[in-house]
Amino acid sequence: MGRFICKRLAATILVIVAASMLTFGILHLTPGSTPATILKYAFIGLEEIPTDAEITEITTRFKLSDPLYQQYYRWIKQALRGDLGDSYVYRLPVAELIGLRFPATALLAVLSVTLSLLISIPLGILCAVKRNTFFDHFNRLLALFAVAMPSFWLAYLLIIVFSLGFNLFPVAGFRSLSSLVLPCVTLAAGMGAVTLRIMRSSMLEVMGQDYILTARSKGLYERSVIAKHALKNAFLPVVTVVGLQFGHMLGGSVIVETVFSWPGIGKLLIDSIFAKDIPVVQGCILLIAGTYALVNLLVDLSYALMDPRIRYGRES
Amino acid sequence: MLNKQVMSPLLSIRALSTCFQIQETVVKAVDNVSLDIYPDEVLALVGETGCGKSVLALSILRLLPENSLSEGSILYKGFEILEGSNEELRALRGREIGMIPQSQASSLNPLLKVGWQVMEVLRLHTKVRKPDAHKKVVELFSRLQLPEPEKRMDYYPHQLSGGMRQRVLVSMGVACNPNLILVDEPTKGLDAVLRMEVVKLLGRQAAENNRSMLLITHDLSVAALLADRIAVMYAGEIVEMGSSAGVLKIPRHPYTQSLLDSLPGRGFKPIPGFSPSLSRIPPGCRFQPRCRVACSKGAALHPDLREADPNHYVRCFHAD
Repeated sequence: MGRFICKRLAATILVIVAASMLTFGILHLTPGSTPATILKYAFIGLEEIPTDAEITEITTRFKLSDPLYQQYYRWIKQALRGDLGDSYVYRLPVAELIGLRFPATALLAVLSVTLSLLISIPLGILCAVKRNTFFDHFNRLLALFAVAMPSFWLAYLLIIVFSLGFNLFPVAGFRSLSSLVLPCVTLAAGMGAVTLRIMRSSMLEVMGQDYILTARSKGLYERSVIAKHALKNAFLPVVTVVGLQFGHMLGGSVIVETVFSWPGIGKLLIDSIFAKDIPVVQGCILLIAGTYALVNLLVDLSYALMDPRIRYGRES
Repeated sequence: MLNKQVMSPLLSIRALSTCFQIQETVVKAVDNVSLDIYPDEVLALVGETGCGKSVLALSILRLLPENSLSEGSILYKGFEILEGSNEELRALRGREIGMIPQSQASSLNPLLKVGWQVMEVLRLHTKVRKPDAHKKVVELFSRLQLPEPEKRMDYYPHQLSGGMRQRVLVSMGVACNPNLILVDEPTKGLDAVLRMEVVKLLGRQAAENNRSMLLITHDLSVAALLADRIAVMYAGEIVEMGSSAGVLKIPRHPYTQSLLDSLPGRGFKPIPGFSPSLSRIPPGCRFQPRCRVACSKGAALHPDLREADPNHYVRCFHAD
C-alpha cells in the first residue's frame, strides 16, 4: 500500500510539472503583447496606450525578453523551493493570494457536492427500484434538463427569479451565507443530474446480477436485498464519478464563479489569464492539477476499502 | 424402496406454463408442464441449455422478472404458490424450499464475507443468535468438507476456489433444512474431478437428510448418479418421464435416445440441428425436424404425454 501511494504521488508531481509547462507555453501564444497587457491591467488602465518607455520598463522588470525556456526554468526553480513568485497585478505573493481565495472555492465545492449527493443518491436508487414508472420517467426527464442546461444559463435564470424577482438571495458576491445558495444550487444541479443517472443505471445493473437472485432465493425482504446486497455494489462506479466531480469543484468553477462574482480560485484564474498575470495563472494551475490528482488518489484508495477484491501493491 | 405413487407428493405442478413478454414477442419457456416431487426423492430435470429447466425452477420460487407470467398450478404441501402473497413466498423461500443457484462464480455477493452470507439465511428464518449461527455455519462448512471451516467464514468469494464456492452455495441452500432443494446446474463450468466431488456431495446431502431434491442438469450422467426419477425436457415441455433406470436403460423417446448417444462414453454423437426458438414453436412434434425416426404424423400433429409403460410417460407417436 505504501509503495503504491509513493508511486502515485511521484506520478502526480510529473502531471503537475507537465500541466505547468503546457499552461506556460499556451499563455505566451494568446494574442496581445504580454508587457502591454500587464501594463493596462495593473498600472495605466485599460483604455490607455502604453508608451515605449513603459513597455521597456515592464519588460526589464519582469525579465520578459528572456527566451521562454529560461523564464520557465526560473519559475520552476523558485516553485520547487516553495516560492510561487509575486502577482504582477496585485503585487502580493501568489501563495498568499491563493490562500485568500481558496476557502471560498472549497466551501462552495463541499456544499455543492453535498447538496448534489443528498438529492441524487436517494432519487437514483428510487428510480432504479421503481423503474419505468411515472416517478422514474419524471426524475430522469428532470435530470436530462439539468444536465443539458448550461450552468451560466441556469445561473442567470436563478438570479432573475430568486434575486431580482423574489429578492430572496443576493445577486452576486460573497457577503453572507445566503450568498452561497444560488451558486450552490447551480453547481449541484449539473453534478446531481449526472450522479442520479449513474446511480440509477449502476443500481439496475447490480439488481440483474446472479447474487441478487441468490439473495432473493433466501427469502430476504426486498428492502434487505437492496440495502445489504445491492447498494454497496452499486456505489462503486458512483464513487469514481463523485470523486472526480469533487476534484473538479476544488479547482474552482470558472463559469459559475464568474457569473456570481464569487471570490474563488476560478474567478482568480480567469482574471489572471486576461491580465497575463503569469505567476498567478501558474500558481492556480499548480493547485488545480494537484488537488485533482490527489482527490483521484483518494478515490482509488477508497476503492480498496469498499471492495475486498482490490488490494494495491500486494501480490495475491 | 417405498412405492411413491401411494404417498402424497410434496410438490405438485399441474399444467404450468411460463411466458416472457419481450417487446412484441412472447417466449413460452415452460409449456404445460405437470410433474410431482415426492418426499425423500431426487427428481432430475434434464435437457439442453435453453429448454426451460431453470425457468421452471425459478417459477417454483416465483423469482422470475416482472415481464414473466406463470399459469397453471404449483402446490407445495397443499399451498398454491402461484397465488401466494409476497409475505407467504418469503417465508417459503430458503426455509421450506432452498435453492442452490447455478454459476458459483457469480452467485455469491463479492463484497460480503461468505460466512456472513450463509449466516444471513439462518438468522432470517430461525431465531438463532449471532454466535450460535456462526457455530452452525462452521459445522455446516465442515460437514460439506470445506477445508479449515472456521477460517473460511471470514473469506470473500474471490479468495475461494470454484469448488469451495460451490460448497458455500450448497451450505446456503441447505442451511435451514428445507424440505425441498432446487439445485440448478450444479456441475456447470466445473472440471471433471470437481464435478464428481459435487455429485458425491449432493448425493450425500440427499441421502443423509431425507430431503427431496429437484436436480436441474444438462448432463445425463450426473442425473444417472443422483436421481430416483428423471424428466426429460425439450423446447419447454416434458417429453419423457419415468424412473431413473427406466429412462436410462429403455429410453422410449428419440430425443432421450439421442441425448444418451451424445454422451462421451456412448458414442459422442451430436444431435443434428437446433432446438426450435421458444417464440416460434412449430405446431407438430417439436423434436420432429431433428428426429432420427421422424414421421409425417409428427410434422402435423402434436403428440400428448402418454403412459407407455407403467409410470413411464413418453410424448411420441412411436411409443403408442
